[in-house]
Amino acid sequence: MSEIARAFAQGKAFIAFLTAGDPSLEQTERHILDLVKGGADLIEIGIPFSDPIAEGPVIQAANLRALQAGASLEGVFELARRVHAQTPTPLVFLTYLNPVFHYGYEAFCQRASVCGVSGLIIPDLPFEEQGELRPIASACGLDLITLVAPTSADRIRRVAETASGFIYVVSSLGVTGLRSQITTDLRSIVAEIRRHSQTPVAVGFGVHTPEQAQDIGQFADGVIVGSKIVSLIGQNPTGAGPELQAYARSIKDALRD
Amino acid sequence: MNQGRYGPYGGQYIPETLMNELIGLNQAYQRYRLDPAFQAELAQLLRDYAGRPSLLYRADRMTADLGGAQIWLKREDLNHTGSHKINNVLGQTLLARKMGKTRVIAETGAGQHGVATATAAALMGLECEIFMGREDTERQALNVYRMELLGATVHPVTSGTMTLKDAVNEAMREWTSRVQDTLYVLGSVMGPHPFPQMVRDFQSVIGREIRAQLEAQAGSLPAAVVACVGGGSNAIGSFYDFIDQPTVELIGCEAAGLGVDTDQHAATIARGQVGVFHGMKSYFCQDQDGQIAPVYSISAGLDYPGIGPEHAWLHDSGRASYVPVTDQQAVEAFEYLAQTEGVICAIESAHAIAHVRQIAQRYRPDQHIVVCLSGRGDKDVAAIARYRGRTVHE
Repeated sequence: MSEIARAFAQGKAFIAFLTAGDPSLEQTERHILDLVKGGADLIEIGIPFSDPIAEGPVIQAANLRALQAGASLEGVFELARRVHAQTPTPLVFLTYLNPVFHYGYEAFCQRASVCGVSGLIIPDLPFEEQGELRPIASACGLDLITLVAPTSADRIRRVAETASGFIYVVSSLGVTGLRSQITTDLRSIVAEIRRHSQTPVAVGFGVHTPEQAQDIGQFADGVIVGSKIVSLIGQNPTGAGPELQAYARSIKDALRD
Repeated sequence: MNQGRYGPYGGQYIPETLMNELIGLNQAYQRYRLDPAFQAELAQLLRDYAGRPSLLYRADRMTADLGGAQIWLKREDLNHTGSHKINNVLGQTLLARKMGKTRVIAETGAGQHGVATATAAALMGLECEIFMGREDTERQALNVYRMELLGATVHPVTSGTMTLKDAVNEAMREWTSRVQDTLYVLGSVMGPHPFPQMVRDFQSVIGREIRAQLEAQAGSLPAAVVACVGGGSNAIGSFYDFIDQPTVELIGCEAAGLGVDTDQHAATIARGQVGVFHGMKSYFCQDQDGQIAPVYSISAGLDYPGIGPEHAWLHDSGRASYVPVTDQQAVEAFEYLAQTEGVICAIESAHAIAHVRQIAQRYRPDQHIVVCLSGRGDKDVAAIARYRGRTVHE
């Protein structure tokens, strides 16, 4: 069983995202352990980037804070390594392509793997362009996690057939951020994916309440929460631990119902 | 797959949400590109609305003063809206209408592309929203009002460095959230395929005219074609018809700001490295972690950390060369052209003029250098005055 598959092995998975280095890499380390304690099954570590084009204002601001606080790529690798030494919960990186390209695909994948990272989510690397990275990632034991959007339509089959790790379903048009309502017909998108793939399916973008998590848990294998966690950290940079634990527990409990 | 490549450069590095839209756009574009009716309609708009062909003017006083090659100015500044940007936006908005889109969005740096897009949107009856870095809305306040006069909504962008790259980020985010009825009218030969090809094709009218006009007026091919490069649309438009003519030197002039040895420049080829950003693989100014670097130029239109993928390939293959030009050189060239030829050009275009001043003497008097004068300089007058320590109220 791959590391990522283990996250989906005990019921519906809660995937927690946070931006590395916001407010500091040391705090991010504690926050990850808090989220794990609260019940997160998989941690998505966002590598801060100067121009995060898929992110809404909340995560954009976190990226900026992390970079201003001096979070380097080297620092994020070390963060992953330290976290991995303390918990078996699988870790994936969410990163834009340029930091990976600039570091060198092979060097990046090898380093990520050594630091205990199990997969990569790259919002600006669509299916058509994945050929340059996928074999290298696979050779290092990293799953390249692909996204399916509300507009994917006839592309779902090809994306699903080659998917590994899990499939990240983008709930809505636009960028990341809290949404009170998700109007996309997610059930039919997930059903279409399942026709072509056994890979677990998780839904993100806009998901933040236990009610949404419970609802999505009815038909998907997991939910991804990002902006809500990042905003909890943003509101209380050094003291968000208890809140993060409680919040993670509320989402995980909702997924158990 | 792997469409729109120029050597290793180009591609479609863009969120999944936009992929089907890009595929549809590409299909529509490849069809209309070969459609005589579409091309005839575009040619008529370029002639009757934009005022093409633009003049190819022999700058005799400049030629006499510099000594060497005969200098010709391709007067894109005389187009409607005052720059080459109109060539591209007429093409793209016409395509938007054919595709049934009712709304266009665009980024702008100096405001030239925003004004051109707002103009074409008014002409075509399309809703229009422009994204402009807040710093640029302040540098170019008149252009903001001009766009509003034309019926567009202007959104000041406050993320990142608040300049052109951030305006592109925000326009892409907006496109991701509303893709069905909207075309993102990209202003340069950049972004994901098909934009670099489409914008190049729409701008290549510049080079075709240069070739025909110089043939008619001088009976010759140019020895060199010189243009300023930010993303590089007026440059690729000027170069494209000459790429297969090896005797024609192609020279792009990048913004070196305070100098390529400082950290205040936008000289992507001189100082950038290969990367992937804004949908394309190309050269970008970036730091040791692959973070896109803040760039600087006196010219808002060249203040961009990347360059179009076809330029990256022309550079690697040696077919074109790219040279840095500083703020100081550009301002001096701006003043020089005004005083020598009575033409106030855009500060962007002044970068190309500056380089021509340096190289003219290397050529014989029977050789011809064509400079693309990509835009007019009214928008820059106040900023140049400030540069010279004078306060001029707009």
